[in-house]
Amino acid sequence: MTQAPAKTPTAPADERVQRASTLQRMLSRPELGSLVGAIAIYIFFFLAADSFRSTAALSTILYVTSTIGIMAVGVALLMIGGEFDLSAGVAVTTSALTASLFAFQFSANVWVGILVALAMSLAIGFLNGWLVMKTGIPSFLITLGSFLMLQGLNLAVTKLLTGQVASSNISDMDGFALAQAVFASEFTAAGITIRVTVIYWLLFVALATWMLLRTKVGNWIYAVGGDAESARAVGVPVGATKIGLFMGVGFMAWFSGMHLLFRFNTVQSGEGVGNEFIFIIAAVIGGCLLTGGYGTAVGAAIGALIYGMTNQGIVYAGWNPDWVKFFLGVMLLLATVTNLWVRNRASRR
Amino acid sequence: MATQTTDAPRDDSGTGVPLVQLKDVGKYYGRITALEGVSLKVEQGEVTCVLGDNGAGKSTLIKIISGRHQHDEGELLVDGKEVRLSSPRASLEHGIATVYQDLAVVPLMPVWRNFFLGSEQTEGIWPIRRLKVSQMRETAKGELHKMGIDLPDIDAPIGSLSGGQRQCVAIARAVYFGARVLILDEPTASLGVKQSGVVLRYVAAAAKSGLGVVFITHNPHHAHMVGDHYVLLNRGRMTLDCKDEDITLDQLTSQMAGGDELETLSHELKR
Repeated sequence: MTQAPAKTPTAPADERVQRASTLQRMLSRPELGSLVGAIAIYIFFFLAADSFRSTAALSTILYVTSTIGIMAVGVALLMIGGEFDLSAGVAVTTSALTASLFAFQFSANVWVGILVALAMSLAIGFLNGWLVMKTGIPSFLITLGSFLMLQGLNLAVTKLLTGQVASSNISDMDGFALAQAVFASEFTAAGITIRVTVIYWLLFVALATWMLLRTKVGNWIYAVGGDAESARAVGVPVGATKIGLFMGVGFMAWFSGMHLLFRFNTVQSGEGVGNEFIFIIAAVIGGCLLTGGYGTAVGAAIGALIYGMTNQGIVYAGWNPDWVKFFLGVMLLLATVTNLWVRNRASRR
Repeated sequence: MATQTTDAPRDDSGTGVPLVQLKDVGKYYGRITALEGVSLKVEQGEVTCVLGDNGAGKSTLIKIISGRHQHDEGELLVDGKEVRLSSPRASLEHGIATVYQDLAVVPLMPVWRNFFLGSEQTEGIWPIRRLKVSQMRETAKGELHKMGIDLPDIDAPIGSLSGGQRQCVAIARAVYFGARVLILDEPTASLGVKQSGVVLRYVAAAAKSGLGVVFITHNPHHAHMVGDHYVLLNRGRMTLDCKDEDITLDQLTSQMAGGDELETLSHELKR
């Protein structure tokens, strides 16, 4: 990639600090690399697979993207704040199971189950965050623990209550129709069937972006991820910010769980394992640094889109789906190398 | 280059109540005595230098004044009233600002976001309460310009600035947010000669504009250039407490690396 040299820097205040050209500044945007990647993948599958070009395919891709993307927003914010959540994948299932099992066992309105699940998800997020802040143990280990615990609980409690590995069908219960309309409906616009999760996904991305760039809390999220000690020294409530981020992941897990429940009426208790890595990968491909303090919600959205296109594109091209993982690995590797380069540029002294 | 802000009130020292005063302050970490019997006054418009070698208790002393740790004995007075500073925030509310050795900046964040970090200016009501971005950017640029730092790009990550510039941003930030007492933790420790000169000039300018400055250093040369008052710490205790006119640079230097220390050392090694 050759480019004409940008115009010469104008009188720097310090001879070691030079003005970055517009091009350089654009290149250091965290989401630019992933955007280029997304366009390349789109063109690739557009040429390689006929059925990839249909509107039905577009609708499916957007749907797959949105289910990953909603979680990726929460996970990306948490990563910018310098922490991980390995329990994010199974937490979705936990939330769906909680709502379903609670409503079924107590023969309650499903909305009661939905609220109980929300409380549960927020509590799990709070507990993860609180333990990380209280003990100082890396969140990788704490959430690995909660990941295993939730995975076990999902299976054990479901079997205990229903005698099966899936929750009972709740589609004939009070409040189901409304909940389905809220969490799992679909509509047609311009000939494309759009699932409501796509709208929620875009809404969450927009909200997260606004929060990161234009609010005090957003400033704090970057600060606690970039340098928690410095942030604390200037009066940023580090603990509250990080715990809030874990609860944000909990909220997204609740939302995804509700979609899952009201789309399929029952929940397989073993589901969700491994998804936590897909969320993290989407965030990293979108330019979030593993070490925190850097990244955007838009980047995570593009990361999710890359996952959605790869996942479906390979199916449309008629290849073995095993290639999905390979492609994802390549994208991750490229993204990490780009991130490293960006970080070195940004913090060069 | 930033000359002093002449319109600021110039209150000559010695009069009135000290901004911050420590009386026989001690601090213990378990069985370890970090600080014992330390007394110190920070007067308006004066630079109080705290000197000492590594492990002398300088860091503990700043942590007490800046609210990161609490003292175990003695008294800490702000404006003549006894206080306990339970957090950095509490200390800030008393007008005591600390510029740490690591500067408490977040390298990957833009200069202006760092400048306002923890004290962001916002507008609007809660759900849509937002940052006054353009105002904060302008203010940060203006304040830095006043200190003679002309940054080409206020959006540059602060990590890309030179050491002296970062130091000055941190000092400018403390001054802007209404600091009356400025605690500088080894501001010249990792700087070259020229950059140190720039920072020392700001230290002098800050004191002249009416702030009380606590200047922590292990460099007697730097201390003697700006100091009005010297306190020497050694192994958690005060070994010297005198005014600028009572001591020469040579005496200060020899006190710091002097015979007492060596004697203690040889005694220790013999055991």
